Amino acid sequence: MFVIKHKKTFVIISIILVIFAIGSISYFGLKLGIDFKGGSLSEVEYKTSRPDQATITKELAPLSLGEVIIQPTGTMGYSIKTRAVSETERAGILTALGSDATEKSFTSIGPSVGAELVRKSIISFILVVLGIIFFIAYTFRKVSKPVSSWKYGLIAIVTLIHDMMIPVGAFAMLSHTYGTEVDTLFVVAVLTILGLSVSDTIVVFDRIRENIRVGHFKTFEETVGKSLEQVYTRSIATSSTVIIVLLALVFFGPASTKVFAMMLTAGMFFGTYSSIFLASPLLVIVNNWQKGKK
Amino acid sequence: MWKTRITALLILLLGVGVGFFVYKSELASRSLPANKVATGLARFPFRLGLDLSGGTHLVYHADVSKLAPSQVKDSMAALRDVIERRVNIFGISEPVVQVQDGGFSNAGEERLIVDLPGVTEISKAVAMIGQTPLLEFKVQNPNKDAPQKVTVGKDGKVSPITIPDPYISTDLTGRYLSKATLEFNQTTGEPVVSLQFDNTGAALFEKITRENIGKPVAIFLDGQPISIPTVNEVITGGKAQITGSFTPEEAKTLVGRLNSGALPVPISLISTQTIGPSLGAQATNAGVKAAIIGFLAIALFLIIWYRLPGIIAVVSLSIYVALMLALFKLIPVTLTAAGIAGFIISIGIAVDANVLIFERIKEELRSGRTVFESMKNGFSRAWFSIRDSNVSSMITALILFWFGTPLIQGFALTFLIGVLVSMISAISITRLFLYTLNIKKTTRLTNFLFGSGFSSAKAMPVHAEQQK
Repeated sequence: MFVIKHKKTFVIISIILVIFAIGSISYFGLKLGIDFKGGSLSEVEYKTSRPDQATITKELAPLSLGEVIIQPTGTMGYSIKTRAVSETERAGILTALGSDATEKSFTSIGPSVGAELVRKSIISFILVVLGIIFFIAYTFRKVSKPVSSWKYGLIAIVTLIHDMMIPVGAFAMLSHTYGTEVDTLFVVAVLTILGLSVSDTIVVFDRIRENIRVGHFKTFEETVGKSLEQVYTRSIATSSTVIIVLLALVFFGPASTKVFAMMLTAGMFFGTYSSIFLASPLLVIVNNWQKGKK
Repeated sequence: MWKTRITALLILLLGVGVGFFVYKSELASRSLPANKVATGLARFPFRLGLDLSGGTHLVYHADVSKLAPSQVKDSMAALRDVIERRVNIFGISEPVVQVQDGGFSNAGEERLIVDLPGVTEISKAVAMIGQTPLLEFKVQNPNKDAPQKVTVGKDGKVSPITIPDPYISTDLTGRYLSKATLEFNQTTGEPVVSLQFDNTGAALFEKITRENIGKPVAIFLDGQPISIPTVNEVITGGKAQITGSFTPEEAKTLVGRLNSGALPVPISLISTQTIGPSLGAQATNAGVKAAIIGFLAIALFLIIWYRLPGIIAVVSLSIYVALMLALFKLIPVTLTAAGIAGFIISIGIAVDANVLIFERIKEELRSGRTVFESMKNGFSRAWFSIRDSNVSSMITALILFWFGTPLIQGFALTFLIGVLVSMISAISITRLFLYTLNIKKTTRLTNFLFGSGFSSAKAMPVHAEQQK
């Protein structure tokens, strides 16, 4: 009953976390990567010696590529970002870099493809959120006392926003330090967090629903409190297993999915946290409001 | 009881069999020489995406603005065929050429996507794809048999002789061909390929035939002679026929190739992505390493925390992993770095279902039920939680799959299959194995074995729990 007793404290903690996240997003900003903006990125590596950045900038100047961002990678490499380039321009860049440089990867994305991806991301996001709202409303359609089913849905969505904002806020902070950009995997991470976060909340709500049906406990507050006591070990256990594999991905997995796995880890952690320390207290608070009105 | 045990044994054997298949087919396909056609088990390799195998991903915008809407689909299919033929000339294994419909999701743009595994020299690839295949009409080189002077140097070396091309180019090329059709000779029944030139082409052809009566005129496609008919008379009106000893199939292919001389739809390159082979190999190794470490860590967690059911969960998780890998090979699923991540996460989720069940069983035990009853109730009650908690992940996976970029689809597909298979394996395989143990009595040992963490599953009086 600890969580329910201190429900207001926990809700305030969550509110503070979300405010921090929003602050981080608006302060640091989210840099869009070339997936969305269009542009090109080449990763090159030098075999014997790496020239300094100024030399490369000078070599690339005659190609009139507009703004060129050159960042060192590893000990022998550079990543070079420019606007979307044609095949001939790409060949020009490679020649300018000298024969000592080998191209490890190259991506060029036209602005129309980027714009399409932005649109698709937004549509997917809306679809996932709608899908989840309908699903929760459907699952909890038979629960109407004392809190009506759509309120479970609403609270699940509030929890969802909480679970999403915190990793995104953390990402904004990371991107400031490490220069990571918003790419397609970022979108996948956010959408996956939505799915996973809700599944945790559902496990808790499911137990509350069952306890309401069984009717062992006198008050709604007690029902929620006891339900939490019954499920928190399992909630922590289930998310620990996912976090274990995610950490394996962060530490040992491919470089391209590191940030993705970090975001999911944060999402998973706060997803579990919020299903216990946010969703359930909110449910009780909503119920108390209802009673107060009557 | 024996029935359950035999089924359990069969499932176990099946699991081992599936694992064996994955292992053997991997060995077979790895040891396969690059130029050999795969047979037997080698037909089922893991299909690696471009970010793992290294290669080039090209996206073309097809300009269909000049076509009637009803023609778009056919033209795009024709375009796909032409490009596929050109790509096949590279001799790479499993190139993928696909049309992306100009639906709602991509702003009505018709696109063509070309994936070239193992190709990192994009300039060459782009040049070959973009190039119009060359249909040329050549005439005999008059200097073919001209004598050449050969000198022997003081050091005894012979000066090199050049073998002149037997044919020389004319101005007539595929540019002037309006269409080729397949016909059959009415008397002999032989297949005949008819060519129709446009006006300029007709004039050129007339000139060529006039100058070469009784001599061969060679038809070259991409620098290779495909037919060398001999001119019998001057041909006006721009109609030509290629007869030869080819089968109807060969003639049909030829017609297709000739008609593909020009692209049905103009295309322009809008996106390219190349990943070097070393980067791909690094990503693959890291992905496999993460998967193995993740799996071992989870196995350890399960056994330490859940004891006996934990061991069973590890067995059923192993079967799950074997099943998933076999599915990746059989469907086949193109694995990308994101796809491997999806699979690894699905391992974590597959365990979730087991955890939900075990916790439920423990709870039932605490309320004083026997092990058998607890298992029965545990499974049936946990099922709804498992189903409900997975549906939201499946909704996400389905929408991500619709999203459509290969990177995301790679993740969505492995994640979706993972969630689906995990539900089945957790419910059916774990249950079967637990029942096989056939524990009827509740003793201190069973309480320990079914307990978790620091607590045993000892029955607690109900009032004690409520006093807390």
